[in-house]
Amino acid sequence: MMIVPLATALPENTGDGYVAAAYIVFFAIVLIYVTIMAVRLTRVERGLRELGEREQRRLQDETRQDEAPPIQQRERETV
Amino acid sequence: MIPTPTPASRPPGLRTLSIATVVAFCVAYGLVFFYAPIEAEEGFLQKIFYLHVPLAIVTLCGFVLGGLMAIMHLRTRDRNWDLRSYVTIHMSLIFGVGTLITGSIWARGSWGHWWVWSEPTLVSFLIIMLLYATYQPLRFAIEDPERQARYASVFAITAGAFVPLNYAAVNLSTAYLHPRVLGSSSNLPPSMALTLLVALVAIALLFATLCSYELTAKRTRMLLRSRSRILGFQGSGTTERRPDAARETPVPTSAPARAGVHAR
Repeated sequence: MMIVPLATALPENTGDGYVAAAYIVFFAIVLIYVTIMAVRLTRVERGLRELGEREQRRLQDETRQDEAPPIQQRERETV
Repeated sequence: MIPTPTPASRPPGLRTLSIATVVAFCVAYGLVFFYAPIEAEEGFLQKIFYLHVPLAIVTLCGFVLGGLMAIMHLRTRDRNWDLRSYVTIHMSLIFGVGTLITGSIWARGSWGHWWVWSEPTLVSFLIIMLLYATYQPLRFAIEDPERQARYASVFAITAGAFVPLNYAAVNLSTAYLHPRVLGSSSNLPPSMALTLLVALVAIALLFATLCSYELTAKRTRMLLRSRSRILGFQGSGTTERRPDAARETPVPTSAPARAGVHAR
């Protein structure tokens, strides 16, 4: 409803293309920045996931080593 | 165990700040296009003013703020202040590019030229931008993180002091082509002044949000890198191809760690 009076109030030779260009450029800059940050965030997430998996594997290996009996004890048991 | 980032581990202010920014933007640009009257001389083209002027103000304030944070860094030797100063200046540079582009578009529509070399406001802003364009090369040319932070702080303080001096010098100059929107010569009607103020708040909020976002991202990356190093893990996508790893040494967040930086 408010657009209609605005549209009729526009003077001749308004230069609205320039206004649109300025606002588009600004939002494009913000968008590019946010996209770059999102890409970096994805990389951090991937790194964090890999780090978590590696840590988990390390913990599993440690648990397995603790559970396995020493070799000499196993040999004595077989004799 | 490596802590997994959860939504709860995000800084509490970031979400609020983001929502406030979106709301402020909707209100500001609603006012710009549906409330503020169309200017008699420039017509609809004057609407660029509500974007260009707040961008310029926030950019210059950001440069000065970066200098103040650098002072805090030199006073306390706390690397967090250096990081804040770096992020503020980095963001001001991005906003500065926006200011230059929107200003050029306005100049083209209003004066028929993309750039007017005889206009002191334009040239002085360009000089400030070129000055700060040397900040990052200077910073990353130094490998030792301690020296890097110290030299960058000295630069930020010197350049930050130059910004208000430059502004004052331009105001004292006599040739005025550039419209004055602030100060005694301003004759903005109240509706336009209110719209400009709300637009300024919106842009300032955007600046704060993006700074906070980048700070959080940088701290997370540093934390990840330091954890990777502790675990002796070099295969991660984030850790292997970083020739410039020296530029982002982990910022100590705990008091004892900060004390360690002091001692060094």
